[in-house]
Amino acid sequence: MIERLGFDVLFKGSNFIRLLEGLGIALRISIISVVISIVLGIVVGMLMTIKNPIIKAITRIYLEIVRIMPQMVLLFIVYFGATKSLGINLTAETASIIVFSFWGTAEMADLVRGSLISIPVIQYESSAALGLTKIQTYIYVIIPQTIRRLIPLSINLITRMIKTTSLVMMIGIVEVLKVGQQIIEANRKASPNAAFGVFATVFLLYFLACWPISQFSKYLEKRAI
Amino acid sequence: MSEVLKIENIYKRFDELVVLEDVSLSVNVGEVIVIIGPSGCGKSTFLRCLNGLEEIQEGKVILDGEVINPVSKSTIKSREKLGMVFQNYDLFPHKTILQNLTLAPGVVQKRKRTETEEEAVNLLKRVGLENKKDNFPRQLSGGQKQRTAIARALIMHPEVLLLDEITAALDPEMVREVLQVVLDLAKEGRTMVIVTHEMEFAKAVADRIIFMDGGKIIEEGKPEDFFKAPKTERAQKFLQSFSY
Repeated sequence: MIERLGFDVLFKGSNFIRLLEGLGIALRISIISVVISIVLGIVVGMLMTIKNPIIKAITRIYLEIVRIMPQMVLLFIVYFGATKSLGINLTAETASIIVFSFWGTAEMADLVRGSLISIPVIQYESSAALGLTKIQTYIYVIIPQTIRRLIPLSINLITRMIKTTSLVMMIGIVEVLKVGQQIIEANRKASPNAAFGVFATVFLLYFLACWPISQFSKYLEKRAI
Repeated sequence: MSEVLKIENIYKRFDELVVLEDVSLSVNVGEVIVIIGPSGCGKSTFLRCLNGLEEIQEGKVILDGEVINPVSKSTIKSREKLGMVFQNYDLFPHKTILQNLTLAPGVVQKRKRTETEEEAVNLLKRVGLENKKDNFPRQLSGGQKQRTAIARALIMHPEVLLLDEITAALDPEMVREVLQVVLDLAKEGRTMVIVTHEMEFAKAVADRIIFMDGGKIIEEGKPEDFFKAPKTERAQKFLQSFSY
């Protein structure tokens, strides 16, 4: 049974460890990008609520570029384009972190902007009527409410970023999906059914990485508000 | 009678639109003033000018001898002396009922938590909500939210209470419980400026009725005189619109 479904290859040599290492690389790229995206996204998102036409235009164009461009195209532009035309020597991993942060920052900023403007004006006014200063209003009333709205949304973004790291194998990074492919290739003769077992395992690994995060978000959603 | 709040010839404009035109009023300590008038007559805007939520273009609002509008740095400090309750529920949704009350006295007046909590519980008792103190606003009915909002304004020990159509968004059966609280406050001698559409309530609570229309004060007088025999035609028409 195990052989028919092709799970046997996982127990050959260090195959399973290699898959885990691949997952580690995928997670490292996504975690670094997520941290950069959250920090920059909060700043850019706050900028987006300022009523300045120039800032509005710039952030708008940025957001549209990120929305329109497939992430893979961005990866190619940064990795191959930058190396060739600008003469900058980026490692594949740096290139992917740049691309994922560029993408994540835009999405995070839009979430921050949305959460900020969704706070009703009456919250600002009733704080003012109680004698709170602008800064006190933000600290005690606006930001706590914004964060509560932001948590589930940004966790959704984080899991999407983790999943999308599978693209980085296109610029030669050997992450979990690529390792899986290599294992299947190498065992084509000995275990022709390896594809199902290996990909199922890859699926399971992604699931194990993302599921706790989305459970955590559910927990926070329930506790908040 | 000593004067606590003085409004001198204020004008409020939104671009071309004149919302308030040369409005003057003086509020004495312990007085309950009820402002009535048709929708869009500027009465809510007028109330919001009193604590500087709306900036005025001309004139002055003076509280205890200090200018509160035109808005300046001292406005923020003065606002704690003017409690305000709004039409739409304005409680902080992320805080419990007790925390809704204790936030501002802690942050603005730097009072001790033990002291503010004790006072908050007493105030909640007064408005009949002490068993809701650990609930969140979303678990309360509209009437309960408005009573909480009144308690939240009271804990700041305001000199004047501004109530902006606080029952307008409520289901009819909840109006009474909120207005009863306001009536009790009036009996205690609280100074209040109230905007309302509830004429019976206005009659019962007011020391003075102000009738506004088109951004101006058209008529003012004692409630018994005003409701029995309004002097101006506009006020007569307005009152007629309430009877079927």
